Amino acid sequence: MSTPLLQVRDLATQFATRAGVARAVDGVSFDVHAGEIVGLVGESGSGKSVTGYSILGLIDPPGRIAGGSIKLDGQELVGLPNRRLRSLRGRRMAMVFQDPMSTLNAVLKVSEQMQLALQAHGKPSGAEIRERSMAALAKVGIPDPERRLDAYPHELSGGMRQRVAIAIAFLNHPALVICDEPTTALDVSIQAQILVEMKSLVREAGVSLVWISHDLATVSVLASRLLVMYAGRLIEQGPTPEVLRRPRHPYTQGLIDSLPSRAAPGRDLVQIPGATPSLTALPSGCAFKERCSHATGACDKAPEQTFERPRIWRCHHPLNIGAVASAMP
Amino acid sequence: MSGFIDLADITRRFTSVPPFTERLAKRLTGSTASATVVHAVEGVSLGIAQGETLGLVGESGCGKSTLGRVAAGILQASIGTASVAGEPVMAGGRKHTTRIQMVFQDPFASLNPRMRVGDTIGEGPLAHGLVTKAESPADTVRWLAAVGLDAAAAQRFPHQFSGGQRQRVAIARALAMRPDALVCDEPVASLDVSIQAQIINLFLKLRRELNLTMLFISHDLSVVRHVSDRVAIMYLGRIVETGPTEAIFAAPCHPYTRALLDSAPRLAADGAPVQDISPIRGELPSPLHPPPGCAFHQRCAFAQERCKRELPVLRASGKLREAACHFPLETEHYERQPHAA
Repeated sequence: MSTPLLQVRDLATQFATRAGVARAVDGVSFDVHAGEIVGLVGESGSGKSVTGYSILGLIDPPGRIAGGSIKLDGQELVGLPNRRLRSLRGRRMAMVFQDPMSTLNAVLKVSEQMQLALQAHGKPSGAEIRERSMAALAKVGIPDPERRLDAYPHELSGGMRQRVAIAIAFLNHPALVICDEPTTALDVSIQAQILVEMKSLVREAGVSLVWISHDLATVSVLASRLLVMYAGRLIEQGPTPEVLRRPRHPYTQGLIDSLPSRAAPGRDLVQIPGATPSLTALPSGCAFKERCSHATGACDKAPEQTFERPRIWRCHHPLNIGAVASAMP
Repeated sequence: MSGFIDLADITRRFTSVPPFTERLAKRLTGSTASATVVHAVEGVSLGIAQGETLGLVGESGCGKSTLGRVAAGILQASIGTASVAGEPVMAGGRKHTTRIQMVFQDPFASLNPRMRVGDTIGEGPLAHGLVTKAESPADTVRWLAAVGLDAAAAQRFPHQFSGGQRQRVAIARALAMRPDALVCDEPVASLDVSIQAQIINLFLKLRRELNLTMLFISHDLSVVRHVSDRVAIMYLGRIVETGPTEAIFAAPCHPYTRALLDSAPRLAADGAPVQDISPIRGELPSPLHPPPGCAFHQRCAFAQERCKRELPVLRASGKLREAACHFPLETEHYERQPHAA
């Protein structure tokens, strides 16, 4: 296999809080290949967003990357001076955030914000700026892009705003785009539009996408591979259909089983007992053991990664192992 | 139709009068300043039988929360009346009955951060004379237990709880008023998947034990499908389709309902991802200027000339079902994409 576009190894991102050091990301390793869409799934506090911010170099004090390595195109990003990171952001990697109203500048027209993004990485002429901005807006399905260029963010609907944010992220043809719950705040019908547009955009531009979300169903519309996080650790990864059909980690199984669609209408849902542990006081060993029905004494020791390419998991008692031997060709 | 919760021909408009300076300027230039009117809910009639759960589905801005607030007696209807067990919910512009209570979406905003949880739950029953001052603490603990929290929780403040626990407190506050009916406005939308399952199970348990009648508002189709006996779909202030949950999910009559179902991401029965979703084109029109005729015609794949002129009314469309469409879909020949999710 070719060298991956993005290589994350043993990433550890920590935040100093009054209650102690919060290990938001704790030893996370994964690869993203060129043109691949990867889904990063987890509940709030699982460290999925912090992983995304760490890659872009957006961790500010009291947070810091305490260890590990992030390589984009073979170039190490951890410890890179901010000036160098700035030249990479937007040009080689970009991010789309959950709430477009707080990412777009409320007092600048759409055209001005796009102009700033283009001028950050070159000296395009006025005509070129207008042309490229319009093309970018048209690509994300904005009708009448010429008129929208002169609009302020507040004049646009939520879906249109998020499309503008996506257009800006793709403007300088980055190799990697990280999307942090970009459709969570949107309606079902608008979400579906953006998911479909995203798919064709990625195919056309050949970019790699990391799609961060708490919603398994939404992620699986796009992602060919899933990464599941729990309490700062990557507990399972593998091709989307396999992870969903035969999850290895009891937490992944629990997440899938707790979807309302998994139970007969009106019947009780399968629920994972308890709540996510605090990141400043994680239990020793496997962080999920207190909520896990399969836990034994062995779980007091943190599980190492088990590799069975293309699948990887961290669990002493993985599920669906026998089923795989018989069900897979 | 009259039900236990009865919404009779409810219309709710919000009028915004332009500011004084604008009115003055308009008057000086000789034109008239007109107030802008938002048609949030237009002529909605719904009945919910005792013990039944009606799921109210729609996208943001369709008026589902406004309708919920009218049903709970938080907002007065512009036209029409909402009643519970034959008693009007509102009289003289004030909430009149305690038989219906409400649970809100965001438990970070709906609980007073400066009040101890015990006081939050105990205040209502005490004020309405449902319990005496002496009985109040024990009563509070009882409701905390009913939602799965221990007695010590009464002494704590909302910030000491997680989102799921706060939503439990909000549910206990509503139940402490001994309501017969609950309006739940997106009660699990702000919660994580694993916590969402816990709260949904709690609703199912309480509904069984207390025989509650519920209006359950949500944009999440899989949640609504799971908890509701019957579903009503709203679009731009009007109900476009109602019927038994399974019938509607199996074969929708209204093109909007079908489009909504087809655009929701879902997992197939065996857990496989369904990767082809078909979105509805366009966006929700502005409730300030609703389009003439059927409000959905600009986005509808089946729209014809008549849809642009004539407003379709709700009429019977099969057993126990109603749809507001000039050209309802054939429900018998519709083969849905796998929708186990």
